[in-house]
Amino acid sequence: MTNPAERVTNPAERVTNPGYNYAYLDEQTKRMVRRALLKAVAVPGYQVPFASREMPLPYGWGTGGIQVTASVIGPDDTLKVIDQGADDTTNAVSIRQFFARVAGVRTTERTAEATLIQTRHRVPETPLREGQILVYQVPLPEPLRKLEPRETETRRMHALSEYGLMSVKLYEDVTRHGRIATSYDYPVMVEERYVMAPSPTPKFDNPKMHRSPALQLFGAGREKRIYAVPPYTRVRSLDFDDYPFEVQEFDTPCALCGSSGVYLDEIITDDQGGKMFVCSDTDFCAQRVAAAGDSQGARDPQGAGGLQ
Amino acid sequence: MYVAVKGGERAIANAHKLLAEERRGDPSVPELSVEQIASQLTIAVHRVMAEGSLYDPELAALAVKQARGDLIEAIFLLRAYRTTLPRLAYSLPLETGRMTVRRRISSTFKDVPGGQILGPTFDYTHRLLDFSLAATNGAAPAAEPGPADPPAAVPGVVDILDRQGLIEASAPADPERPIGDLTREPLNLPAERDLRLQNLARGDEGFLLSLAYSTQRGYGGSHPFVGELRVGEAAVEIEPPELGFPIEIGEITLTECQMVNQFKGSKSEPPQFTRGYGLVFGHCERKAMSMALVDRALRGRELGEEPNAPARDEEFVLMHSDNIQASGFTEHLKLPHHVDFQAELEQIRKMRRRAEEPSE
Ligand SMILES: [Zn+2]
Repeated sequence: MTNPAERVTNPAERVTNPGYNYAYLDEQTKRMVRRALLKAVAVPGYQVPFASREMPLPYGWGTGGIQVTASVIGPDDTLKVIDQGADDTTNAVSIRQFFARVAGVRTTERTAEATLIQTRHRVPETPLREGQILVYQVPLPEPLRKLEPRETETRRMHALSEYGLMSVKLYEDVTRHGRIATSYDYPVMVEERYVMAPSPTPKFDNPKMHRSPALQLFGAGREKRIYAVPPYTRVRSLDFDDYPFEVQEFDTPCALCGSSGVYLDEIITDDQGGKMFVCSDTDFCAQRVAAAGDSQGARDPQGAGGLQ
Repeated sequence: MYVAVKGGERAIANAHKLLAEERRGDPSVPELSVEQIASQLTIAVHRVMAEGSLYDPELAALAVKQARGDLIEAIFLLRAYRTTLPRLAYSLPLETGRMTVRRRISSTFKDVPGGQILGPTFDYTHRLLDFSLAATNGAAPAAEPGPADPPAAVPGVVDILDRQGLIEASAPADPERPIGDLTREPLNLPAERDLRLQNLARGDEGFLLSLAYSTQRGYGGSHPFVGELRVGEAAVEIEPPELGFPIEIGEITLTECQMVNQFKGSKSEPPQFTRGYGLVFGHCERKAMSMALVDRALRGRELGEEPNAPARDEEFVLMHSDNIQASGFTEHLKLPHHVDFQAELEQIRKMRRRAEEPSE
């Protein structure tokens, strides 16, 4: 998985848990997951059923992503875990600690240093490169589910490329709201064959999936599905000629690092309507602040001193 | 000024310490032992084993203790442990007809060969709080001993109907078709009865109870009778290939329910009684009965019934019965969603601006 030249000399503790197999899953299970991953890479955008296991974290909290990560991680990897773009949101901390414990792996908060990035709800702002793997945690892998609740039906629709229902839904949005009213988990077409759920990332991140040099793997534990977007695969957000896809734009730059053209979190600062906008990607923001020579003073983009 | 729902490692470590403190409760009160839970809260322990799909009363009791009595949390602990265990062997089919019966009732016949055995049941107790239990001094009054030599094998009541051809024959096992294993393969729909029963056996008791109840209230009427409900101990046997004959590896407590349902007949089948089956680890009568009712409701494809009620809808039932999946996904809403919420916020602001613009 890892190019030795990219190894980071991070003195992270490398303690594995003697009661469990390396990276928690037994080797048989890892092989089963890897077989599903290989199939997923061979058929981009196709949801491969896999025998998802119960994990020591709850379903809906990243069990699919964790199983994918556990199946591809090795001792030479450097792992980054983000939730909502941030490394220190509680669930990201919990998953990072899990792998530090069961895989003895180096961890990092820096996108550029990571060989493996597990994410929930964001694609990092720092462009990914060849050799990196981005693992998405997926709650609902089926992009047609809100239109058709039955799995037996949606599988048939994918098999026949029967995506008319999705166009009707998007068109109804346009007639009702004058625009496509989907702002996250915005459906994409992969290699002009399968409609795919990008997971609940904001549609702002969709263009980053298109022809990304990194391997993108998607794991849905509760729904028992794995799918993939191999490097340099075409990923097109669904739209109409007269209502083209567009991403969110923010009126103000990041209040901490001054970046624009990035995805921002709205922070409520008082009960008088006061608010500020800061980067959702905390690593990106911190790098920008550092590059600017710490001119932001005491402001801490990592939000230390938050939840205690 | 910048207070986000972040804060990571220290907050989590502190939360875990607080949890441990609350679990222990008042330190002047003696700590509960796992043995006490295993021997005195047996029905809680049995439910955890049944829905945790792991027969181990000690570990289940430990899970109940660790989960502070939250049974779904305890089931989750047991499941997460179970999934790491190697698969050493497959047992032979259990011979429930040969189980040592401690309780056994039938509502279809006044008396049955082997007799009705009421056993340890809440049925017919008056639900009055027993304030004498509030004092922890007492040995329970001893029950009268039973007959010196109880019948070795108590034949199933439903088999009596079976011999008269009034109930559908239960399909013989097909040696060519291996039994599915939904803990090792993803559940593909439509599912056959082996996988449906596996799903129901580990399904949430409350969910199955409500579905079973709905079939009695007209949502997929099934006109059931309890052919037999039995609780007791059955031997588990495996046949190691190097031995070539079965050996007994232990005994487990089970609740089995054979539900007998009216059936008016179809083009291919004469009028007869049909079966619904429930089998659960431990003493869990409510669960075994609910399972049997839902099993019967799910047999519509085979019996030519319309999937016109929730309990008859295979995909609806099987995809929503697992309380570990259901609680995980419901409770994941506690995780931060501010990136999605921000996207929606922008969207609504834009739509409102558009709506407020004077139209031309
Ligand atoms: Zn920033």
